[in-house]
Amino acid sequence: MKYMSEYRDPELAKQYLEEIKNTVTQNWKVMEVCGGQTHSLVKNGIIDMLPKEVEMIHGPGCPVCVTPLHLIDKAIYLALEKNVILCSFGDMLRVPGADKSLLEAKAEGGDIRILYSPLEAVKIAEDNPDREIVFFAVGFETTAPANALSVIHAHRKGLKNYSILASHVLVPPAIENVMEDPDSHIDGFLAAGHVCTIMGNFEYYPLVEKYKVPIVVTGFEPLDVLQGILMVVRQLESNKAEVENQYARIVREEGNIEAQKIIYDVFEITDRLWRGMEVIPMSGYKVKEKYADFDATIKFDVNIPEAEENQDCIAGEIMKGIKKPFQCPEFGKKCKPTNPLGAPMVSTEGACAAYFHYSGLVEH
Amino acid sequence: MSEKKFVKMNVSCPMPKLDFDVITLGHGSGGVLTNKLLDSGVFDLLSNDILDERSDGAHIEMTGKLAFSTDSFIISPIFFPGGNIGELAVNGTVNDIAMCGASPKYLSLSFIIEEGLKMTEFWEILTAIKFACEKAGVQVVTGDTKVVEKGKGDKIFINTTGIGHIHPKANISERNIKTGDKIILSGNIASHGMAIMSVREGLEFESEILSDSTNLNHTTISLIEKFGNDIHLFTDPTRGGVATVLKEIANATKIGIELKQRNFPIDNQVEGACELLGLDPLYVANEGLFLSFVDGSIADEFLAHLNADENGKNATIIGEVVAEHPKQVILESSIGGKRVISMLPGEQLPRIC
Repeated sequence: MKYMSEYRDPELAKQYLEEIKNTVTQNWKVMEVCGGQTHSLVKNGIIDMLPKEVEMIHGPGCPVCVTPLHLIDKAIYLALEKNVILCSFGDMLRVPGADKSLLEAKAEGGDIRILYSPLEAVKIAEDNPDREIVFFAVGFETTAPANALSVIHAHRKGLKNYSILASHVLVPPAIENVMEDPDSHIDGFLAAGHVCTIMGNFEYYPLVEKYKVPIVVTGFEPLDVLQGILMVVRQLESNKAEVENQYARIVREEGNIEAQKIIYDVFEITDRLWRGMEVIPMSGYKVKEKYADFDATIKFDVNIPEAEENQDCIAGEIMKGIKKPFQCPEFGKKCKPTNPLGAPMVSTEGACAAYFHYSGLVEH
Repeated sequence: MSEKKFVKMNVSCPMPKLDFDVITLGHGSGGVLTNKLLDSGVFDLLSNDILDERSDGAHIEMTGKLAFSTDSFIISPIFFPGGNIGELAVNGTVNDIAMCGASPKYLSLSFIIEEGLKMTEFWEILTAIKFACEKAGVQVVTGDTKVVEKGKGDKIFINTTGIGHIHPKANISERNIKTGDKIILSGNIASHGMAIMSVREGLEFESEILSDSTNLNHTTISLIEKFGNDIHLFTDPTRGGVATVLKEIANATKIGIELKQRNFPIDNQVEGACELLGLDPLYVANEGLFLSFVDGSIADEFLAHLNADENGKNATIIGEVVAEHPKQVILESSIGGKRVISMLPGEQLPRIC
């Protein structure tokens, strides 16, 4: 298929792999920040094709994994107790809350709808003036412009029945958090290409300066990922630590300025709790006061206790690359895709689910 | 939201003039309204000697080895690009019988209708059923209609049960699969699932993707006549897609399966739509598609024969049965890497980004 098959060419893949093998002389730990890259590594069988010196570590860039437990509980509460139409991206639905997932809440009668674009939710709000519509606005910088745009549209249309439950998180503070953790030893990063499509590359220069790690902005097709790995390894082997852009066909240095304007019109930067990790300062977006009417956390009085994470789940260590999923005692035992103890076992982008499928474990 | 209409074939039967526009609870009560509905043309449309008897059940005569199968059809939306629930209900059961190596002969047809369904829509579904039956060469010989209150159904649910003679040369069973068997896929994957997805509220996108719903019985019988017991298994990868079906077979028979991603036929638009939504086409539902496990020695000839058939134009050999890694399905990706194919924990959900 045009614009895809070019990036899945087996001959070129072989050449990149050869080049990586010829370049590497010692062991390196490379973190792919984004779950989409994890997915690509697993789906294309790349991990086993790499030389043993290059160890890929799954990063925290799985939006469904890092969405805090209490926010999922809030979404469920809104759907079941406040009679709202709760709209969400598909893969949030299976993520476990304290008692249940959105999928289970849907089965209990909650009006929960899977959408691909938050603008669809605005349309649902227009079509259902007697109902409250809440969009569960999760994700990294990538989905922030569309979610912000939905608020702007709803505002322009004068809608009083639309709001978003925002849980946006940001990549650079997460990389910083990983580097600051004394237990995590990452030598280089593949930064998330689509995040940089929006935000540009400039946020990464201070990070390479401070931590002396190469950061290569990388795409998602198999050849993108292989080329990104090669670029990181080349830097590491020549003792460099620079920002490089593998995904130059999409990512511009300054990013998408229009999209950034939309983000900053609606959102402001705030401290955010990352599920399984901790509160990372200035690591997320919240809705600005001028759009408070569209902020579901303000609009609805949701007083539910903050539940505690399952103590058996080591999601935080997994997402910082300190442990691999199979080092978790519950991996494939108590914790499986049909009965996840934590979010990384849910989405195809979650590290544990990816390892589970990849390892060919069979569910009975 | 009003439902869009999609016309696949340029065939229609004029709807008779009726004194009701929508189906109400009374039409399922067994009284005057039920008779009115059935006499309105339902019996005429599906008319055959057995149905025309209007007995409580069909009087039929069959001898020999038979295949018997039932399926219920619930789909939203009921009209989709390339078809509607009516032909789906016929083809689904016809194909289940065909996968047994049999020729479907008779069908039962039951409706559970949510009150408020427009008579024009019901008529369109019935017409699709009529033409699907004619194309497959089956007769509806008995049926039932129930109506449920608004909100207790989703427009219309259909159940069909079919019965047919197993071909004397057929020996279709998972037990016959052996190492060296080639696995042949009859056409493009994921078309039906993505056609439905393209019109589902919230995920709508512009496309010309059509469902591949069709009857496969003439194709499979022609293959059986030519290749007999060298065909070890037919199976149609409907729900869960090709990946799930193959994994189920590997688990049940303890065989190993190796697949090559680049041999999988897929329409460009379908592939693009799957990329857009983050769905793996290997797990997307199909309708007019079947997998064959055949003896390695006849694989090329089988493929040539299938390629000459309307339902097998795009057929390819996608993989083979191997002695290694029993119960495991291993896929070689387009770049040559390997991954294990497993079953999904539930429905595939579109990804965030």
